[in-house]
Amino acid sequence: MTTEATPISVRSAEEMLPQPFRVTEIRRETPDTMTLALEPTSGPGIEYAPGQFTMVYVFGVGEVPISIAGGQEGKLMHTVRAVGAVTRAICALGPGDIVGIRGPYGTSWPITEADGRDLVIAAGGIGLAPLRSTVQYALNHRDRFGYVSLIYGTRSPGELLYEDELREWRSRFEIEVEVTVDRAADGWYGDVGLVTNLLPRIFYDPEKTTAMVCGPEIMMKVVARELGSRRVGFDDVYVSLERNMKCAIGFCGHCQYGPDFVCKDGPVVPYSQVRNRMRVAEV
Amino acid sequence: MTGQVLERETFGHLFAELNKMGFTLIGPTVRDKTIVYDELHSVDELPIGWTDEQDGGSYRLRRRDDEALFGYVVGSQSWKKYLFPPRSVLFEIGKVGDALTFSEPERSSQPRAFIGVRACELAAIKIQDQVFLGSGHVDRTYQHNREEIFTVAVNCAVAGGTCFCVSMETGPECNAGYDLVVTEVIDEGIHEFVIEAGSDAGQKVLAALPGRPAVDEDQAHVAAIVADTAAHMGRTLNTSSVREVLYAGRESTHWDDVAEVCLACTNCTLVCPTCFCSTTEDVASLDGSTATRSRRWDSCFSLEFSALHGSPVRSSTKARYRQWMTHKLAGWQDQFGSSGCVGCGRCITWCPVGIDITKTTAAIRADSEVLG
Ligand SMILES: Cc1cc2nc3c(=O)[nH]c(=O)nc-3n(C[C@H](O)[C@H](O)[C@H](O)COP(=O)(O)OP(=O)(O)OC[C@H]3O[C@@H](n4cnc5c(N)ncnc54)[C@H](O)[C@@H]3O)c2cc1C
Ligand code: SF4
Ligand code: FES
Repeated sequence: MTTEATPISVRSAEEMLPQPFRVTEIRRETPDTMTLALEPTSGPGIEYAPGQFTMVYVFGVGEVPISIAGGQEGKLMHTVRAVGAVTRAICALGPGDIVGIRGPYGTSWPITEADGRDLVIAAGGIGLAPLRSTVQYALNHRDRFGYVSLIYGTRSPGELLYEDELREWRSRFEIEVEVTVDRAADGWYGDVGLVTNLLPRIFYDPEKTTAMVCGPEIMMKVVARELGSRRVGFDDVYVSLERNMKCAIGFCGHCQYGPDFVCKDGPVVPYSQVRNRMRVAEV
Repeated sequence: MTGQVLERETFGHLFAELNKMGFTLIGPTVRDKTIVYDELHSVDELPIGWTDEQDGGSYRLRRRDDEALFGYVVGSQSWKKYLFPPRSVLFEIGKVGDALTFSEPERSSQPRAFIGVRACELAAIKIQDQVFLGSGHVDRTYQHNREEIFTVAVNCAVAGGTCFCVSMETGPECNAGYDLVVTEVIDEGIHEFVIEAGSDAGQKVLAALPGRPAVDEDQAHVAAIVADTAAHMGRTLNTSSVREVLYAGRESTHWDDVAEVCLACTNCTLVCPTCFCSTTEDVASLDGSTATRSRRWDSCFSLEFSALHGSPVRSSTKARYRQWMTHKLAGWQDQFGSSGCVGCGRCITWCPVGIDITKTTAAIRADSEVLG
């Protein structure tokens, strides 16, 4: 019979079916955000590249895309902000609870391609989650890079993720770590203002810089523009896009952004690819 | 030409032969004053002697002055409803204590023969094959539904009022993607069917039919019929550089004109034979021991479709219409290497206010030529 496109795939069943993962640890980051350590109940788990994401399924509630914040040897770490039904259910899990996870999906940060270059890692809010493993990679392979900086901003001091790690990264003096908040609170002695205010302070050679930026779309646009005005090429500035996602494998159509499926052509893309689109509202 | 010619009286043998081979027959039939696709048990259930009048926002059945079996074009339904059903189960979840198990739904064998698939619909099926089977990932539901289909195509002998397959280079002649193709010939006392095979399976069925071998004259008849249909297209769409035109025209004011009348009702996406978007649903059993995750058709015209952080990315009707049309005619080319529009005209006919993709494209083109 005439099935023209040849169905070829050995991975297809696994791609649609989640694997059971057990929550081994759950830690509060901020009032509405939790970090979960997860391990496969059996089988090899999930190997990923920094910047990729998984689909996390909660029994009877639903499935959502969540960035991989870390994890090794098939185990995963996810940081989740409770904003709706599924993310609230994830944040309410406890050690021993089981969720379904499929993935990894999507493109990754060009961290290995950035060998020999300066790194500017810029995060806004929960956008630090998908960048966390790039910071770790840079620390673990410090001699491969020139200047490495992390600039990070949140709305308030209470919303900073990974505070212990931020302190540790900073204390190693191997990378520059700069943090700012939109609104200060009692006991905050750090910077106040937008992430872009931190850019003049860090070192990088625009000719050989790779920037990795994740945060609200407006923040990514502003950081990219600012870097551009400092002669960093838009091909060297990477952003991580966010769209509604139901399938993560190019079938549901929800994540479309112009010609791209953010789930498979993204989430990480060079800013040059989306710059024109980002100027038009509601694409 | 290795074809066969069946008389009207013996055409039923085709149905009988397919039945004998174990196929459930599915094809056009009249229901609720329209032509739908449903299970067929005999030739008599085809829309015999009917034709359809179609225009922007209007569809009407009318009697023909003959007893043609295929003297109409396409209705609101497409074969999509069988291959990519409105609802399907993605996976099932079992829960024992804290442990979860995930399994695919059971899928049983279902050999089906699609009767009366038009050229534009063959093109649409090919496009959905590309989406669900040919783009890196394989959709298990679609793959299963697609597996045991025997396709009996029909060359259109009339063009519908909203048809523009000639512009989209998909019809009216069926060129590939079928097991058998039928051309109905009605002329001065003759009523017969020229049938050709497009696959080994088709060849086998053809050999079992009680027809006479087709001759050059039959071939000439077929050619004349499709040429005449091609000359009577209800609509035309200028496809030259349409991708560039639409990308450049993102900010054309014409989108606002369309948005003023568009009801965002989602009809165009539901009747479109290539639209593939879906959303998901989760249902847990009352005792909490099992759950089902399914998907159902969704539309880029619905507000929740692009929900992100409390508000949709595309909250205006203008942005949603632009998304649909730009995806269909431009983005599709980047994503799947072909246009997403096959020129079947359904979106024009079934739009309650008669918005016309051929006219909108022309208007955006005019705009972008002015804007340079
Ligand atoms: C590639 C990718 C990576 C992500 N990584 C993380 C992460 O590491 N941590 C994290 O906490 N969140 C992450 N998100 C966002 C997360 O997927 C959404 O918050 C989640 O889908 C909301 O689902 P819900 O059922 O909890 O809320 P719903 O009840 O579905 O909706 C609650 C609110 O969230 C909005 N929403 C729906 N879908 C999304 C979406 N995909 N993104 C953002 N908002 C949405 C709705 O408009 C609504 O206002 C990521 C999203 C993407 C696309
Ligand atoms: S678009 Fe062409 S192939 Fe489709 S129904 Fe109309 S005439 Fe037939
Ligand atoms: S998330 Fe379904 S197509 Fe990208």
